[in-house]
Amino acid sequence: MSETLLTLDGLTKAYPGVVANKDVSFSIERGEIHALLGENGAGKSTLVKSIYGLVKPDSGTMTLNGVPFAPGEPGDARKAGVAMVFQHFSLFDAMSVAENIVLGMDNPPSPRAIAGEVRRVSHLYGLPLDPDRIVGDLSAGERQRVEIIRCLLQDPKLLIMDEPTSVLTPQEVDILFLTLRKLAAEGTSILYISHKLGEIAALCDNATVLRLGQVVATCDPRQTAPREMAELMVGTVLQSPVRTARPEGPIRLALKGLSAPAPQRFGTALKDVTITVRAGEVLGIGGVAGNGQDELIAALSGEMPVASAMVELDGTPIGADAVNARRAAGLLCAPEERLGHAAAPDMTLTENALLTGVRRKHLEQRGFLRWPAATAFAKEIIEAFDVRTPGPGNTARSLSGGNLQKFVIGREIMQNPSVLVVNQPTWGVDASAAAAIRQALLTLADEGAAVIVISQDLDELMEVSDRFCALTDGRLSPARPARGLSVEDIGMMLGGAHDLEVAHVAT
Amino acid sequence: MIVLDKRPQPSRMWSYAAPVLAVVLTMVVGGILFAALGKNPVEVIRTIFLDPLFSKNAWFYRPQLLIKGAPLVLIAVGLSFGFRAGIWNIGAEGQYIMGALCGAAVGLAFYPMESWLIFPLMIMAGAIGGALWGLIPGLLKVRFGTNEILVSLMLVYVAESLLAAMALGPLKNPEGMGFPGSRNLSQYPSAANLELISGSGMHWGVVAALIAVIFAYVLLARHMFGFQVRLAGQAPRAARFAGVNPARMILICMGLSGALAGLAGMFEVSGPAGQVTIDFNVGYGFTAIIVAFLGRLHPVGILLAGAVMALTYIGGGIAQSNLGLPAAAISLLQGMLLFFLLAVDVLTNYRVRFSNRVAA
Repeated sequence: MSETLLTLDGLTKAYPGVVANKDVSFSIERGEIHALLGENGAGKSTLVKSIYGLVKPDSGTMTLNGVPFAPGEPGDARKAGVAMVFQHFSLFDAMSVAENIVLGMDNPPSPRAIAGEVRRVSHLYGLPLDPDRIVGDLSAGERQRVEIIRCLLQDPKLLIMDEPTSVLTPQEVDILFLTLRKLAAEGTSILYISHKLGEIAALCDNATVLRLGQVVATCDPRQTAPREMAELMVGTVLQSPVRTARPEGPIRLALKGLSAPAPQRFGTALKDVTITVRAGEVLGIGGVAGNGQDELIAALSGEMPVASAMVELDGTPIGADAVNARRAAGLLCAPEERLGHAAAPDMTLTENALLTGVRRKHLEQRGFLRWPAATAFAKEIIEAFDVRTPGPGNTARSLSGGNLQKFVIGREIMQNPSVLVVNQPTWGVDASAAAAIRQALLTLADEGAAVIVISQDLDELMEVSDRFCALTDGRLSPARPARGLSVEDIGMMLGGAHDLEVAHVAT
Repeated sequence: MIVLDKRPQPSRMWSYAAPVLAVVLTMVVGGILFAALGKNPVEVIRTIFLDPLFSKNAWFYRPQLLIKGAPLVLIAVGLSFGFRAGIWNIGAEGQYIMGALCGAAVGLAFYPMESWLIFPLMIMAGAIGGALWGLIPGLLKVRFGTNEILVSLMLVYVAESLLAAMALGPLKNPEGMGFPGSRNLSQYPSAANLELISGSGMHWGVVAALIAVIFAYVLLARHMFGFQVRLAGQAPRAARFAGVNPARMILICMGLSGALAGLAGMFEVSGPAGQVTIDFNVGYGFTAIIVAFLGRLHPVGILLAGAVMALTYIGGGIAQSNLGLPAAAISLLQGMLLFFLLAVDVLTNYRVRFSNRVAA
């Protein structure tokens, strides 16, 4: 248990204009679960890509099992016993589990042989998976199991997991952790990347904290307070969002039996979604991605019109209204996908400000655009939300994810909506920007707007919501007051862990 | 090895320099081609690109530039809206024919009455004829999800058959001794699209092309519709989020490009061509696609690209008759121009780096 498996010594990798990793050194013991902590852009991904052979470091050395290790490509890393589960799955929706697993292997056996192997390994580690099912029909948690089993079949010495819990329900997380602990007990080392401190404290033996590409601390997560780790990650003292008690306002938005068929294959149908949101209230909608979040926001924004009576804004049925009519009435939305949906990547910030602001900010006159007014609006957003950019003439694509998200959320908030719906408002955003966005949402609610936050980040939802409900397979659970809700309660609301069994720890 | 790095934003310098570089590359490679054909490359290139403007016969060629360039610009401006929005109308040639047929039919219906009303009516008929022909693929796409590229292209052949039928049938000149072809509209004062200034080549089609360029420029730069067109092409999901109705966008773009192509056809049949004949169409509708892209779908760029393309038509004609160059060589040169433009376009969005290391 105490031998060293992998040692990194002075790894440095620079990209044009930015140093992703600078002199990074640490080591992983055999059978250790080692956490790699850091904000977005801290260099975690570059570092693990170096270990997995996707990136060639500029300088520094790695030693695996006492032998110098310099993988030229992922195949070399896999041969040396390094496997990786990526945050974004690389699976083919239209193919079966077994076919997908075969496709990812270097020396694939026959699909029939693999099916038996999949059954054996999945049973052994408590990850039930039918090798004949089509991937497109699987839940996100099940898809992750495909990726994990694909790795386990190669009998890895080191398993790298990149943000594995972002798509899982709390119960699924528990089961994943049992699997990982069992693997570690058998001598497999795990490099676990996350920014969720609670998980790391529960799972990991050691943690290395990266900030701006450098190792700023190593600590024992079981002995270190989460707040302390967070501040190591961010480098500043964190401010928690401030909430003031709000009186109950009038009902702003009412969804009455909102149902809609799935707009495309592998989409989710909305089934009888019924809820009301009052002025001054923040409603949190939790749930694993792919359970109807995109469809719900499309039905609210007007991109997917439904029957008129299904959506009521301030008592007026608007379910069949067009996108801009809803904006004019005060219902604004910020979808999850920033580039290409909420913003046009190759257009300037001025043009992107115009994209949703044209009606409420009066940026056109008889069809002609008022460019100076649009530029002024873009500048207002940039200033009020501290968007880091040289100016409104820059393209949306040139902004970092967090900055663009601040711009997108700011654009809607600055239009004084009476109802604002946001999907994954802080996805891929660093901690300080996330705090700013959450604060802005709370302030908006304080000023009398109704706010709906759809998110997979339960910590975020608990931080901002007054009431919480869960979206599972297109159905919305009844809302419950967020205060006093335990993680187990939330897990049950999210539908719990379907058809999961606990790892057979004794073998 | 060569590595392409995506630029954070498109290079302003290269978006202007790329078309110029494409023209230069076309001249160089075209020159090599002509040399391989046994011609003096310098002389051929000079004949094609300079003689129409500066030779001692240029007084004859310069008006031809306007006559050839006007329909190309008019059609290309219409196409550029659809192309920007990701709607691919490849059948401008058919819409051009239908505009000519409808315009000519209205004019001929009034023959031999003289009235100042006839020409404006013909203009309207031409625009409507082209627009309706363009709306067929548009409606089919909106209603049944058919591919507008295939449908608009196939409708070109339908229009060509209709043209032949009209030239031999209903529109045939009753006093034409049985020859196919309609009465000559340029000899019918109320319906003739004559030169506005004698010897200049300037006819109403040229005026219409210039007006279209100005309108397109204002629409794209200052109007909500132009913004929506650009948005729909660059980020279709964002366009829907911004409230753009995709079906409406398809119909407007197909109708608009059809109308402008129809106008071009109507000005051609009542002016330079003069009559409806079986071989009335000479490929302006297809060449305009090249013009639209050569001008980077920008109205002013299209104006310049139309001029360059008209130059290669006329210069090519001179080279054909004076130097005995095959007609296919000229078509090849025009195709090469688009080919190089698309290739050089990479420089606008990417930075080229030479590296002896394997890409990481």
